[in-house]
Amino acid sequence: MMKPLLLWSDSLILLLLAALAALLWLARHNEALRGHWRQVMRSRVGRVTALILSLYIGIGLLDSAHYVERLPAAPGQPAPFSGEVRSALDWLLTPIRVSVEKTYSAPLAERLYAKESVMGPDGVERRDYPRLLHPGAHWFGTDKVGQDVLYLSLKSIRTGLLIGSLTTLVMLPFALGLGISAGYFGGRVDDIIQYLYTTLNSIPGVLLIAAAVLVVQVQIEAHAELFNTAAARSDVRLLALCGILGVTGWTGLARLLRAESLKLRELEFVLAARAFGVGHGRILLRHLLPNVMHLVLITVVLDFSGLVLAEAVLSYVGVGVDPGMISFGNMINGARLELAREPVVWWQLAASFLFMFVLVLAANLFADQVRVALDPKSRGRA
Amino acid sequence: MNGLVVENLRIEIPVSGRTLVPVDGVSFRVGTNECVALLGESGCGKSMTALALMRLLPEGARIATGHVRLAEEELFALPEAAMVAVRGGRLAMIFQEPQSSLNPVMTVAGQIAEALAAHLGLQGAAAQAETVRLLEAVGLTRGHITAYPFQLSGGQRQRALIAMMLAGEPELLIADEPTTALDVTVQAQILALLRSLQRQRGMGLLLITHDLDVARDMADRVAVMYAGQIVEWASRDRLYSTPSHPYTQKLFAVLPRLERRGQRLDSLPGRVPPPDSVFTGCRFAERCPAAFGRCHEEIPAFQEAAPGHYVRCHLATSGEPRGASGERQVASGEPRVASGERQVASGEPRVASGETILEVLDLTVHFPIRRGLFRRTVGSFKAVDGVSLSLQAGETLALVGESGCGKSTLARAILRLIEPTGGSVAVAGEALAGLNGEALRRKRAEMQIVFQDPYASLNPRMRIGDILEEGMAALLPLAAAPRRARVKALLDQVGLPLDAAGRYPHEFSGGQRQRIAIARALAVQPKLLILDEPTSALDVSVQAQILDLLADLQEAHGLAYLFITHNLPVVAYLAQRVAVMRAGRIVEEGPVEQILTAPRHEYTRLLLDSAPGHCAPDEP
Ligand SMILES: Nc1ncnc2c1ncn2[C@@H]1O[C@H](COP(=O)(O)OP(=O)(O)OP(=O)(O)O)[C@@H](O)[C@H]1O
Ligand code: SF4
Ligand SMILES: [Mg+2]
Repeated sequence: MMKPLLLWSDSLILLLLAALAALLWLARHNEALRGHWRQVMRSRVGRVTALILSLYIGIGLLDSAHYVERLPAAPGQPAPFSGEVRSALDWLLTPIRVSVEKTYSAPLAERLYAKESVMGPDGVERRDYPRLLHPGAHWFGTDKVGQDVLYLSLKSIRTGLLIGSLTTLVMLPFALGLGISAGYFGGRVDDIIQYLYTTLNSIPGVLLIAAAVLVVQVQIEAHAELFNTAAARSDVRLLALCGILGVTGWTGLARLLRAESLKLRELEFVLAARAFGVGHGRILLRHLLPNVMHLVLITVVLDFSGLVLAEAVLSYVGVGVDPGMISFGNMINGARLELAREPVVWWQLAASFLFMFVLVLAANLFADQVRVALDPKSRGRA
Repeated sequence: MNGLVVENLRIEIPVSGRTLVPVDGVSFRVGTNECVALLGESGCGKSMTALALMRLLPEGARIATGHVRLAEEELFALPEAAMVAVRGGRLAMIFQEPQSSLNPVMTVAGQIAEALAAHLGLQGAAAQAETVRLLEAVGLTRGHITAYPFQLSGGQRQRALIAMMLAGEPELLIADEPTTALDVTVQAQILALLRSLQRQRGMGLLLITHDLDVARDMADRVAVMYAGQIVEWASRDRLYSTPSHPYTQKLFAVLPRLERRGQRLDSLPGRVPPPDSVFTGCRFAERCPAAFGRCHEEIPAFQEAAPGHYVRCHLATSGEPRGASGERQVASGEPRVASGERQVASGEPRVASGETILEVLDLTVHFPIRRGLFRRTVGSFKAVDGVSLSLQAGETLALVGESGCGKSTLARAILRLIEPTGGSVAVAGEALAGLNGEALRRKRAEMQIVFQDPYASLNPRMRIGDILEEGMAALLPLAAAPRRARVKALLDQVGLPLDAAGRYPHEFSGGQRQRIAIARALAVQPKLLILDEPTSALDVSVQAQILDLLADLQEAHGLAYLFITHNLPVVAYLAQRVAVMRAGRIVEEGPVEQILTAPRHEYTRLLLDSAPGHCAPDEP
């Protein structure tokens, strides 16, 4: 027996999917967009990276279908639900999820990484590496409490994707709107926007984030009845983190866009549009935005990788995602101390690095293909 | 033999499986104390040739065959270390853009001293003295010895660069479009300077230019280039009196002139073949009016049509100038194609409807000058300072002046793209000053502008169809279907293929882009068209097409043109009235004939005297 459960981030993801589907539906007859898409898919790099990205996204989506299980009922009472929130991914990964060891074990190892007193077959107690409960089953080894590192890495994908995409979604409207308007309108508007981002930039980001996360923490505790599971609590904290990263993270891109729009504004096609009495809104949308899109694309993809890393740093300071949440940041943090250990426990870091690296590389290469496809100059070139 | 000899130079650029050949079999020579002009339209391989002589070809390009000898020394055989000494020493080159050729963080004197140390080994006081001597030789003063490049004007920078190049006492100076970035008056000074330095020092001068008049003023001999080859090679006098290659003849025929007013300029249809074309016949065959069967099958040889006059054309048989065959010989002023001639006799205004389209009264535009920490306004820069103009339907008023005199600012203020500081503008009898919002927007349909730079004036991310529809969508109450029909009509009107609507700007040449810009302006049926240097970025043959198009459109729609330019022959050809602008003011205004033949203001006279082709600097 299980009951689906919608965390707040799940609802946001659903909303996002619905919006995306609607956009695709609207654009399905747009020849230009279909042409761009076909061009991306024509190149091998485009196809491979799209496949990798959809795998990641698929895993993230599976991990967003949450449910709680019904516990065995006590006689005469309605069966209570478990406090542990699971997802479809957990269900799929049950074999590696439940195959927990005692502590560290190296990838594909047969034995534990730490010596223990074991009773030999001859009945003598010795210090030795005990056999694992599931020898050879952990491709990426296990962590300190014996959880499978592959399972942890796969679970981290959702957190990474969420932080990357939600933060970008929060940040983009600020960066686009403020950056382009500052450059295009100039004068007072520019002064105010510049003032805004200079101020934001002059406050150390970590302080701002720490303050915001603490406020959220207090709010969560004050409304404990709303967030009755640990998962719900860490979920809200994750959302808050995305929000605050987004609100403070738009300044770099905005500054870039301001400079570019300042240049474009003086170009004659913008003047020509003004000579036609085309409104400011349309000029911003049709003349400036498409001509800065390549900058946006590159910056967003680079920022995306930066955000996944930022999460690690923030988790280290203690203001990142909830320490109980599985994320690349927490994995790296966990791995940090082990690096000082002799012999080194390297697989946790290696696994998170590998999964992040593939994601970031695929995203970068894919974005590059998209940029090329959007550039009219590349049309018709193979 | 002394001087520079270039033989059979061929440059190849391999790109993704194909080979581009921007220069193919070029031979010429520059004697000592001689000026040779390399003349041709953009993209024909002039700069590539020059760079090859210096062995400074861009990455990827290589010299496939050929010899270059400077005073009997084979340059292509020299090791690079020896070539370094030749470059800037015996063989010097000045570039088009004086700004980017000088190191911005070193004084010009320092840069000259550096060249002196490198090539003559001069140091200390001797170098100092020589630097001053060179500065004075190029018309700068002792006072400029501490100047940085940014403290100099464009012309002064070009002078400083010349001084630097003279430091190595070159046997040959290559000047690649040395004056294109400069104003006419400065251009005249720089050209005269180059000419006199060349005479005094007895060096060779290879002048690369696209301007027939500059070549005529400067050169002893002229090489005309087309599609990577030299098609005609003759002494200056011979070339200008009896041009023998059909391409050269066309170049002369497309030049706008006062005598050609009211006539259609001869046109040179088509485009230069791209550098990866494979030729089975004459490279000019597609566009040549005299082409016949053999032209498509057999590559013409470079033959001597008359002593010292070489022509790459089947029609140029030795001994007999081509013109003798009678057909298509060009003489200026002579009507060529009857149907091409305009209805109205030369000199008369084409249409005199009398309706005043544009009335500008005392217009001023001041830009605040801000200084200091708080950017306090400490004064104002008067970019346009009390300008009055009026323009009637069907009339062309040319606005002439040098760069920075406020022409473009005036144009923008008239259209209210910049808010004027004072004065009034009325279009078709209605003052613009009070208009706002919707009323101003509607008014914009009556006045449109075409900009100078065909590359910056079209949004690279929009299709041509969308570009043309944008203005209509904003200003005309048209549904989508008639709008698209009108796009087709417009493309047809400006002579572009109908499938252009679905393509992006980068797929078009400069001339085609300018046609698109004109079509875009026409889309909203304006009465007034402001043309801000619409042809100055274009080659002469393309300029002729655009000027013809503008004249046709004016005739068909009774448009009023405010034509901003610094090119006096274009003014003479197209305009009825001229206003001369200087430092934000109109200094003289009147009918074209009077201004161009009997100017009253001294500045107008200076402009006229500076125009190339007006008189050769070596004429007494
Ligand atoms: N925003 C501005 N602030 C201050 N000065 C300006 C501004 N825009 C133009 N100017 C100055 O106004 C003068 C006139 O400029 P404008 O571009 O109109 O000249 P122009 O005759 O069209 O030049 P060109 O032939 O080089 O295009 C120039 O000296 C320029 O430096
Ligand atoms: S060879 Fe033929 S096509 Fe070429 S220029 Fe001469 S006449 Fe024209
Ligand atoms: Mg200008």
